[in-house]
Amino acid sequence: MSFFRQLTRGLRVLTHRRAADRELSDEVQDYLEQSIAAHVANGLTPDEARRAARMELGNATAVREQVREAGWENVFATFFADLRYGLRHMLRTPGFTIVTILTLALGIGATTAIFSAVNPILFASLPYPHAGRIMGIWDFAPYGSRSHVAFHTYRELAARSHSFNAVAVTKPWQPTLVSAAEPERFDGQFVSASYFRVLGVTPFMGRDFDPSDDRLKGPNVVMLSNTLWKRRFGGDPTIVGRQITLDDNLYTVVGVMPAGFENVLAPTAELWTLLQYDSANIASFQTREWGNHLRMVGRLEPGVNSDQAKKELEAIVLAPMQEFPRPPWASHRQGFVVNSLQDDVTRGVKPALLAVLGAVTLVLLIACVNVTNLLLARGAQRSAEFGMRAALGAGRLRLIRQLLTESLLLAVIGGVAGMGVAVLGVRALVALSPPELPRIGAISVNGTVFGFGLAITTLIGLAVGLIPALHSSKEDLHAGLQQGSRRTVAGHQSTRKILVVTEVALALVLLVSAGLLLRSLERLFAVVPGFDAANLLTMQVQTYGHRYDDDATCNRFFAQSLEAVRAVPGVSDAAFTSQLPLSGDADVYGAELETANNVHETHDVFRYGVSPGYFETMGIPLRSGRLFDAHDVTAVPMRPVLINESFAKSKFQGRDPIGQRLRIGGQVSRPWDIIVGVVGDVKQTSLAVSQSDAVYVSTAQWLWADGTQWLVVRTRGDPTSLAPAIRQAIWSVDKDQPVVHAGTMKELLAASAAERRFALILFEAFALTALLLAAAGIYGVLSGSVTERTREIGVRSALGATPANILVMVLRQGITLTAVGVAIGLAGAVAASQALAAMLFGISRLDPVTYLGVIAMLLGVSAMSCWVPAWRAARVDPATTLRAE
Amino acid sequence: MPEPSTDVIQGTLDMLILKTLSLEPMHGFGIARRIEQISRGVFKVNPGSLLTAFQRLERAGWLNSEWRQTNNARRAKFYSLTRAGHKQLELETDDWTRRVSAVARLLRTEG
Repeated sequence: MSFFRQLTRGLRVLTHRRAADRELSDEVQDYLEQSIAAHVANGLTPDEARRAARMELGNATAVREQVREAGWENVFATFFADLRYGLRHMLRTPGFTIVTILTLALGIGATTAIFSAVNPILFASLPYPHAGRIMGIWDFAPYGSRSHVAFHTYRELAARSHSFNAVAVTKPWQPTLVSAAEPERFDGQFVSASYFRVLGVTPFMGRDFDPSDDRLKGPNVVMLSNTLWKRRFGGDPTIVGRQITLDDNLYTVVGVMPAGFENVLAPTAELWTLLQYDSANIASFQTREWGNHLRMVGRLEPGVNSDQAKKELEAIVLAPMQEFPRPPWASHRQGFVVNSLQDDVTRGVKPALLAVLGAVTLVLLIACVNVTNLLLARGAQRSAEFGMRAALGAGRLRLIRQLLTESLLLAVIGGVAGMGVAVLGVRALVALSPPELPRIGAISVNGTVFGFGLAITTLIGLAVGLIPALHSSKEDLHAGLQQGSRRTVAGHQSTRKILVVTEVALALVLLVSAGLLLRSLERLFAVVPGFDAANLLTMQVQTYGHRYDDDATCNRFFAQSLEAVRAVPGVSDAAFTSQLPLSGDADVYGAELETANNVHETHDVFRYGVSPGYFETMGIPLRSGRLFDAHDVTAVPMRPVLINESFAKSKFQGRDPIGQRLRIGGQVSRPWDIIVGVVGDVKQTSLAVSQSDAVYVSTAQWLWADGTQWLVVRTRGDPTSLAPAIRQAIWSVDKDQPVVHAGTMKELLAASAAERRFALILFEAFALTALLLAAAGIYGVLSGSVTERTREIGVRSALGATPANILVMVLRQGITLTAVGVAIGLAGAVAASQALAAMLFGISRLDPVTYLGVIAMLLGVSAMSCWVPAWRAARVDPATTLRAE
Repeated sequence: MPEPSTDVIQGTLDMLILKTLSLEPMHGFGIARRIEQISRGVFKVNPGSLLTAFQRLERAGWLNSEWRQTNNARRAKFYSLTRAGHKQLELETDDWTRRVSAVARLLRTEG
């Protein structure tokens, strides 16, 4: 009852302010009149009675005020009054308001956007039950880097390990579905039957894979993704158990995955089938079962950690050779990597994301400093106003409250604008994101992020609001009142100077980081890829159907396609290759060199199966010997091979490699191949990775026909426009063959640096923001200082200082601030560059050109922002100033 | 300026108002004058505190108020005690009596 009364009465006062005020003043007035009447009744004259009554009542306004303040609603009323006042004040100073809100919006928006993007990738757990228990497991390659595992390694570990609830292996699968229209190639995965159990996801329809089907020559079964099921099969509820044709084979659909299933290991995969490798014959090493080409994952048993699991796996592979025979490339002598799947999928992007997160934190910090500075400057300008209010009876707490309300108002408006920036920012981030960025689909401005944004908004409001509030109330208010004459130079200038120095220092850190990344990217693109990327069109062609199981038919198809493509107008040259530079392919074989003492060393080399004309089409130079020609397409006892320069240099040490013999593909029974030529190095993995050794063979002479090959086409004009005609040319040979990944070599070059470019764009944006904010900060402080020192400047010029003297004086003040900031920032930049080291290329993290350039730029910008206040100071007319006293 | 000797004892104003109103509904000035008269001028009520107390007591549900004609044909805000107000008065009176007698006992022994 009473609570209800409290609420309703209070609300009535709030909503009917005027009626409530009138009622109260009526009551007070009534009280007064009753009192007068009583005094008159006691025999006083009306005048005396009135005076006596007034004396008793005291100040009627004060009485009304006292009653009003007692209600809870007064807190709100005051708040609204403060808010109204604050708004009015903001509208009166639009420049200050816009700059503050923009600063906050940029700071909060950028932070929220980056947090939105980074959160699902680095911090949120993967979308699986007990995702922390899912591990990625890697073997080591002989040269020390992590490598995929071999099937037999997996099988042995799966059979003997007790640390894992389930382990699974997977490799990519690109099946083709031919329909009436064009052939469509899908992304999918070959998986062991345990794959979905490791992830902890069960099918939405049908059943999971049956382990007994996962054997050599087992039944063809396929699992569909929810989107594929809906897109290609119209969400047919009877799909389970039906057969579909993939790659000219019938597959039975066993299940459909749930709609929200996110497959972080292969985000684009839409169907899954069983690996069906041969578990027997562990001792014969020349099989695909012993190739290190499978990605392995495992789900830990509860209570087991990754270290224990790693120790157990490493103990297993110490088994005697008879018990567990294994080839040299899967010796497991270096143990295994067992790390969380989360770390596994984010490994490549983590340094960049953390750097970006660090950068955006700096931006937020600068934004806060800048806003503090702006509020401080405004607080100084308003000290007279606050003095007046204090004199009229406003308490210190009341003034603090007023200022806090105003800064919260700014922060909230800034926060709302920041949310807008965040929404746009997240969209831009997703659009700009490099292809390696995992979990891109999970990035959105979500509730968590909104909460984060709101929390920082409020915190900034309070933090920033407090400083000027304390300042204003600490000051001697009488001095504030007297300051109409601007006799005093307030001490808060020192605080503001410290803030500006901080801003400059932070901006320098960001500018140096952005500069280092920019120079890295320049260096990277200056790297010669080893071929001529201009006017080069690439696309992947795959054979489909059992009629191509025959090698001769397969080779004939590629040869005929090449003829057809060469006949397309605008094509100047064309060739096929089994792997394309910078496409992500990594087809590595062991190459055995014939040596004098008959000790055969094996080296890892990239194996390229190419058609004659490949080097001419790509523009890869011949260093010595000869290239492949039209004769190198028939089977010969000793195959001619070409090697690249780095192979020649590292393995033949000055000897002429031409005529030397090597063997590739590991089949000891085969005769030696003979080196007939040396060609220039080509960047295969990425521009940043220095060249590894490579061996080229003629595709037609290889051990088997490569069913998937890259077509490279040198065009006379714009390569993109020729793509449809070239595709048609291939289809004129056989219309059922999928042609995918059409693009230009230039695009592949750009994509190979996408991650660096992504980081660079963000750093550039942040650094630019920081620079602008720092410039605004310097301008603000100097301009405030000049205003406050107008009288002093007037006196100086009256005493003979020339405008030039005064200009230099103000400029020097600004430049000194910048210089101090630069000095502090340099230390920060050197420290920050350490975090960037992984993303730099071709330059030192202490690259003097970057540092000097950034310092020069910062000093230049600061000089520009000093110029206006300095110029204004120089024009101060001593007569006017002194007269104003 | 308030004279300490004639100010209402801290915390007793609510009880005095409730007591005064337990006899009959009254307007603000009437209550103030009644308290002064009955206390024989010992207590002088500050109008600001009085009006604030009215608002507080009314919101607590102990008083009701309405604008009514006074004897001399003027409108005034009359306050009356609610049922809850009566109960509260009893509570406060008991409490007060207990305290006063305790203080009185203490003073006797000390004296």
